[in-house]
Formats: sequence, structure tokens, C-alpha cells
Amino acid sequence: MPKKAHIQATINGEPTEFLCENRQSLLEALRDELHLTGTKEGCNNGNCGACTVIMDGVPVNSCLVLGVECEGASITTIEGIAEENHLHPIQQCFLEDAALQCGICTPGFIMAAKALLDKNPNPTEHEIRFELANNLCRCTGYDKIVRAVQHAARRLVGQPS
Amino acid sequence: MPIDTRETIVDEGRLPRGRGAAAPAYKVIGTRPIRHDGADKVTGRAVYGNDLQLAGMLHGKVVRSPHAHARIKRIDTSAAEKLPGVHAVVTAADLPDLRDKMADLGEGRVNLAHLGANVLAHQKVLYRGHAVAAVAAVSPHVAEEAARLIQIEYEPLPAVTWVLDAMKPDAPLLHADVYTEDMTGHRTSDQPSNTSKHLLFEEGNIEQGFASADVVVEREFKTASVHQGYIEPHVSTALWNVDGQLTIWTSTQGAFTARQQTAELLQVPISRVKVVPCEIGGGFGGKIPVYLEPVAALLSRKSGRPVKMVMTRAEVFEGTGPTPGSFVRVKLGAQKDGRIVAAQAWLAYDAGAFPGGMIGPGCMCVFACYSVPNYRVEGFDVVLNKPKTAAYRAPGATQAAFAAEQVVDELAEKLGMDPIDLRLKNAACEGTKRVGWPAYPKIGFIETLQTAKNQPHYKTPISGKNRGRGIAAGFWFNIGLKSSASASVNPDGTVTLVEGSTDIGGTRTSVAMQLAETLGIAAEDVKPQVADTDSVGYTDVTGGSRVTFATGMAAYQCGLDIRRQMRERAATLWECEAQEVNFEDGTFRHNGESITFKQLAGRLNETGGPVQGRAAVDPEGPTNGFGVSIVDVEVDPDTGKTTVLRYTVLQDAGKAIHPSYVEGQMQGGTVQGIGWALNEEYFFDDRGRMRNASYLDYRMPTALDLPMIDTVIVEVPNPAHPYGVRGVGETPIVAPPAAVANAIYHATGVRMFELPMSPPKVWAALVKKNV
Amino acid sequence: MAIVYIPTQLRPLTGGIECVVVPGTNLRQVIAALDAAHPGLGARLCGDDGISPGLAVSIDGAFTNRGLLAKVGPDSEIHFLPAIGGG
Repeated sequence: MPKKAHIQATINGEPTEFLCENRQSLLEALRDELHLTGTKEGCNNGNCGACTVIMDGVPVNSCLVLGVECEGASITTIEGIAEENHLHPIQQCFLEDAALQCGICTPGFIMAAKALLDKNPNPTEHEIRFELANNLCRCTGYDKIVRAVQHAARRLVGQPS
Repeated sequence: MPIDTRETIVDEGRLPRGRGAAAPAYKVIGTRPIRHDGADKVTGRAVYGNDLQLAGMLHGKVVRSPHAHARIKRIDTSAAEKLPGVHAVVTAADLPDLRDKMADLGEGRVNLAHLGANVLAHQKVLYRGHAVAAVAAVSPHVAEEAARLIQIEYEPLPAVTWVLDAMKPDAPLLHADVYTEDMTGHRTSDQPSNTSKHLLFEEGNIEQGFASADVVVEREFKTASVHQGYIEPHVSTALWNVDGQLTIWTSTQGAFTARQQTAELLQVPISRVKVVPCEIGGGFGGKIPVYLEPVAALLSRKSGRPVKMVMTRAEVFEGTGPTPGSFVRVKLGAQKDGRIVAAQAWLAYDAGAFPGGMIGPGCMCVFACYSVPNYRVEGFDVVLNKPKTAAYRAPGATQAAFAAEQVVDELAEKLGMDPIDLRLKNAACEGTKRVGWPAYPKIGFIETLQTAKNQPHYKTPISGKNRGRGIAAGFWFNIGLKSSASASVNPDGTVTLVEGSTDIGGTRTSVAMQLAETLGIAAEDVKPQVADTDSVGYTDVTGGSRVTFATGMAAYQCGLDIRRQMRERAATLWECEAQEVNFEDGTFRHNGESITFKQLAGRLNETGGPVQGRAAVDPEGPTNGFGVSIVDVEVDPDTGKTTVLRYTVLQDAGKAIHPSYVEGQMQGGTVQGIGWALNEEYFFDDRGRMRNASYLDYRMPTALDLPMIDTVIVEVPNPAHPYGVRGVGETPIVAPPAAVANAIYHATGVRMFELPMSPPKVWAALVKKNV
Repeated sequence: MAIVYIPTQLRPLTGGIECVVVPGTNLRQVIAALDAAHPGLGARLCGDDGISPGLAVSIDGAFTNRGLLAKVGPDSEIHFLPAIGGG
């Protein structure tokens, strides 16, 4: 059995430790070692975005990051988006605007949308589509997802919905 | 504020059976409540198949054929078995003998030997990716290492991957026991063949028909294999317990069909098998057949531990069920006034490696939108060295529509007629007899066409270089089939609903809304659960656009059952007869007294105990879904790239229970159709190997490729459903490839006869035209 | 009496007749009557354990799952079609 590395990182605001083999991705570490199964695997080679998490402020495909690369990093996953007992406005808008059908891509989209709105609070439709182009959805055709992100942007800035 | 481009048009003059003269004023139906499973799905709490973790769980991995066609000479698993951490290895030898066994899986009878051989190859491998063996080990990585140690000796055979080639007499023969059969299963030849089915439908006299036509158009079309593309790969976990009970947690469109397929393949009684459907990350038809369930079960039986198996994305492409590639020839003849007088189609669909493809629906859909007095439709189901096909959203209809709707478009141009007008002239309506089928009941195609004609999109002229507009129509039957449900009244007036339809697109909620409407309570006061095969009555698949229709009908009948019982309770309280108690708007009334549903729910214990409603329905389909697409494109002459500028999709939904999710089906199916039209294909090399088995090169649409998809829901209520529901999920994928092709033609003057209409192909066609 | 529409591929057995009227109150009786009028038709439409695999039956415009036991009314229209599913 290969020896496991001991990694210390901040995950969803909390100091966290986990063990992982050198060959395990961050996606595997999150799901299999930390039991944070909200982040999903769709392709395991960086082409679908279902595994999107925010690492040191940047959205990444966690299947393309090794677990051992996370030493000292600050990572946010879908489990860390809601504030205590309230859904984040992005999550709330996804529900109100029916921006999900099967829901498997939804965590990845919410993370990508959060990263986008953190950086650009007033994106155009084109900017939203560009930033979300790394996230595949097969159910919705993206229309309601884009509208939900527009809606969340307005809500976050305090505009009437 | 973004423009709200949603629109629902109610056909005021037509009503569900049993209603009064005015359109019904629903309290819940037609509203847009938040889905009941929403909180779990936006927080990552919902448990999908791969999220399941059981104590002592092992991880399974399948070994797959690298060859498109080969005999299996020898399998040596000894080295794999010796690897530390490996607990079991299985091959087809671990399956029982399934020869000559058939099973009724709810959508026709299935040859179990073929199903079993697809799950684990028996004597031959028939496509690259065909499963041959599997291992279970302590981690996915160890399982992969062990898989590499399994030694398999193959004798490669010539392979064939194009349907017309596979039909040739000298084509490599896949099965020595497959013969050409007609529609009734009657063998039409003594020679084994790759052509497993030959269908023929004929009415009237097409020779006379074409002779009387003023304009005749005949064209040939080809389509490549495409995949459903669901983002969640297949995943199953099996536990063969020490007491002989087999439990399977799986990503499936139907727990009951998964149970039956698995039990039949393993030849164990279904009473020993329980299937727990996990939340499912997309299906579109591809998660109706079993692939991993029986293999995980065999590994669990051998190892004595639970075994989880997950497919990689490449395995999903190479080892599950894409839709048929096809060759279709369509010929239409019309008179000057636009009336179609003769229609002819010749269709060859590939079925992948085993018989049982979609040629039947293909033949029956090709002219389904039109009233045609003289027709001849001939179709062939052909096996070849590709993965066995599985259903993909209106299976077989899209290939046929790509052909027929382009010929209709060309006819319109030659006749100098507006393309919608030509379709209106020939549109199927109530009473139209169709290919191979009885006459239509009440349908909404004409209403949908008229609505399309009045759309601002259609009325706005398109202008600009290399820009064009395309119209196309699509049809899908939508099935009925069986659903069971039960519902319990809680003391606080909420109702717990137990049903068996896995929720892929929000159907928990559309079904719950129908129960809520029936009981006069809020949608939020119904708590829907999707249950396993031990906890709810038999329920057919989530597919065929049936759940809102059939499981909704079961919920409605549960509601009627509860109402009947509650009227008796009210009668007990008021000391009168149950038939004297009225129920309306959520309130029971008699002689000036009244009590709401909620209030009465609090008094059940004193009036006789719990109240539970139950239903088991088997409504007869089809519900007949018609759709129309209007699409504007721009083609870049330097690259051949087609950009979708604007898209409006219209569809008759009968009655939209939850309009947001009906819109979602229309948009999602449309975008799958756009991907099918512009980029998606299985690219095979000359050795029958798929060269683009990843999301990078199997190019599905992204958010950046598309505009908003505007939706218009037309409502011509279905008389065969209490709330007028027609299935909606599948029809949207049928029209888009033809609509986009028609748009490309009107943008460039070049008609594309092959799917996908990817940039290199469009570019080459433009160059050819301009030479 | 049931009005049975004969599938194109079975018309050689009826001498080209496209529509046959036969007595029967369920499908089994109807098929037996068809076979009596046009020998060989019965064996094509059903076997020992029911309707031929891959074949669906529509009675008065709706599919039936009840196979040979399906009830047939006095003027029912019966079609035999390829089975369809969905995705």
C-alpha cells in the first residue's frame, strides 16, 4: 500500500486535515477521505466542470488538482456556500428560477457562479456564458441557469428582483 | 430587467373531459412552486449513486475489449486474483445459461442471452468497450491495477461500423443466430444476417400518387451515432447479503425494470432483489438498460462484501447505449396547392451490437405530422460493431425528422409556399390516419403551427449576410404504462406521497402538485418520496414522457381515494351519510357546516384512525406530443461554423402542471438537438474504435454556444387525463437538427444531408458550391 | 364485431385485404376468428405465451397491455404495430 501524505488545509473556513495518496486528486480527497460528496465527478479530466471548487479564490476543476497540492490552501466547496441556515442567494435563485433538473451539475455551476460574481458583481449575459462555459449541463440548455445567475447578481447588489 | 420570453397559450375552447364550459381555474396546477428536493440539490446533500458509502465496501472495475470485433480465445484471471487487495474476479462464466430465455421488461420482450452477453461478453466481443471481465478490490486504484493484470487472448475479426455496409451480403456477420424477421417476428430468410428486422407499411397507391404530383423531391440523409451525454456516469452498488437477499443502489430510470433485468440475468427470483434508486444525474433513455448492476451483484456474491462500480466517462461512451446511426431516404410528392399526395421513406437504423433497435418508431414517426393518403415506409434494423443502442429521447424520431422535415422544406421552396403554411395544409389532426397506426385522437399540432406563425420571432424578418431561418416540426408518441402510489394524511393536514418514479427533472413536484390540486391543499403541503422496489407498488420507467402523465394520474387517484374516505369521516362527525357531504376547494360541507381538509386531518384518530389513499394505474398511451422549432443561424463561410442567433421552441403540453419544468424540458431537448445537429458524433477509425470518447472531443453545447431558448407552451388538453396532461420530455429533441439544417440552407444556399453539420463539413460543402 | 387492420406484411395471407371484420369479445377470440378466415394469420400474431414479441396492439386508439385477454367492444378498431418505448 502506498504511503499516504498528511495534508493540512482550510476547507469551508475550517482548518482540516486529511490523508491521501500522491495519486489521488483533490476531488477524490474531498469525496472519499472527507466525505464531502457534494462535489461531483462527471468526466475526471477537466472537461465538464461538475467538480468545480474554489481554491485560493479561483475556480478550479478539482479532478485536475492533486490532493497533495492543497497543503496550506483555502478551499470552498458547495457545502460551504450556504450561510448557517440560509441558502446563499445564488442557491435560492437556482431554486426560484428552476435552474436545475437532475441537479448533478448544479454544485459545480453554483461554485462557478460564485467565483464569477465575487469577481464581477454585474456581469453581462455574454460574460456569464463565458465564465460558465467550462460547466456542462445536459438537462437545462443553460437558459434558466444564466437567468438565475443574472437574478442572483441583482439580489446580491441589493436591486429589486 | 430581462425580458420574460416565456409564454403559455391556452386553447380556451377545448377542455379536459368532464369539465364545464370555462377553462378550469386551478389553484396549484400552473403555478411554479420550488421543488421539494430543491434544498438538497443546491447544497450538495442529495445522495446520488456515487455518494453512497457502505461499511466494508469494495470498488469494482470492468475490463473491456480493445477490439471492435473478436473471438475470445482465453481469459486468465490468475495474476489479478493474486494482487493484494483484490477480492473477486468475474466473467461471463459466472452468469447462468441464458440461451433461449426471453423476458418481458415492460416495453416488449427482450432476448436475455443478448442482454447478458452485452453485460459480460460471451465467446465474442462485438464492439470496442464491450465488457469482458470485472474485478472488485479495496480501492478504485487497486481495482484498475488488477484489471490490467487480467490476460485476455483475442482473435480479431473484421469489423463493420456503417449501417449500409453491415447490410451487405459479404459484411462480417456478428451473430450466427440472428435472422431477418418481419414485424411479427416471422423469419423471412434461413440465412443468419446482420439485418435483424425488416418492416413495411403501405397504404393507397404511391405510384399513382407520385404520378399525380406536380412537384416531387427525393433526398438521402445520413446520421452518426450520438450519446445521451448525461453528466453523471453509470454507478451501481450491490450487496449480496449472507441471507441471499440482493440489494442494489443504482442510478437508474426505473428501479423496477432494473430489478427485473438483474433478477432475470442472474436467474434469481425478484423477491430476492431490492433496488433502491438513488438520485439520478440524467438519463434520457440511456439508464434504462442495466450494465453494472448484475456485475456488481456477481462480485458481491463472490467477495461477500458490498461492491460499488462507477463508469469513467470513456466507458460511458464506449460501453453504454448511444442512439442509432442511420441512412434515410425520403421522397415526397405534392400538388400545386401544397397538398402532399404521396410519401415514401426507406430507413436503415443501426442497433449496435445486438438486435432490438428503434426502427419501429422511426418508421412510424417519419410522416407522423402529416395526413398522407398514399405512403410506403420501409425500415431495417441492422446490427454492427458498435455499442448496443439504447433509447435517446424520442428514440428513432430525430433521425427520421432530419430527413422528412428537410424534404418538406425543399417542397415548400419549390412550391413557393411559406413553410408553416405548407405544414398547415397537410397537418395531422384528430381523425388523421397515420403510418401503421390508428387515427389520432384530439391533438394540438395545428394549434402549435398557428401559434408559431404568429410569433414575434417568425414575424421579424431575418437579415444579414450568411443568416437564415429554419422551421421544423417534431412528434413523439409518449407512452402510458404502469404507476403505483400511496399517500398518507398527516394530522397537520399535510400528505405524504410515496411513488416509484425516479425524479430526473422535477417530477416529484409535478406529481405532488396534482395530488395537492385534487385535495385542495398547497403544493408545499404534499411531501413526495421516491421509494425503492420494496416500498412502493410496481412502477414503470421514468422515460417515455410518462411520469407527469401516468404517475400524476396515480397521485390524482390517491387523492380521490383520500377524499372519499375523508367524506366518510366528515359524515361521522356530522352524523349524516357520506354521499351528503360535498367537497370543493379543499373544504367539506354539509347543511351549512364546513370543515377544511386541514382541520379534518386533525380529527382522523377520533373518527376511525389513519387515512391512506392508494392507486395503481395503467393508463393507455400515447398522449401525442407535437413541437415546432423556429431557429435563426449565421454561418461563417471561412470556418463553416454555425452560430445559433435566436431559437423559439413551441410545444403542445396539454396542460403544463409546473410551467418552469415544462419549459426546462423544451429547452433541454432543444439544446441536445442543437448539439446533435452541429457537432456531436461518434468518430470511428478504420478499426472500429471510437477516437473521441471524452467530453473534450465529443463536443456537446456549452453555455457560450447558445442564446436564450425562448419557449411557448401551447395547451390543447389531453382528454384522457384528468388535468389534460400530455407527455412533454421527448418531443423537443426531434425538430432541432432539421430546423437548424433548414436554417443553414436558407443562410447559405447549401443543404446539408449528413449529421452532424460540423464546421469542416459545412465549410467543405460551401467550398464545393462556390467552385 | 371487431374491425382489424391487417399490417402490410401480413396482407399476403389475406390475399391483399387490408381490413377484416371478425367476431370476438376479446383479442384471443378475434385472432382465432382471423385465423379461421385466413389460415396462418394466427401463428404470426401470437404464440403460446401471448402476442408475438415486438408487437403491440392498439384497441380503439389506445395501447393495451392485457395481451390476448384484452376486451374488444362491438365496433372496436384493432391495429397491430411495432412496440414502442421511450427514452
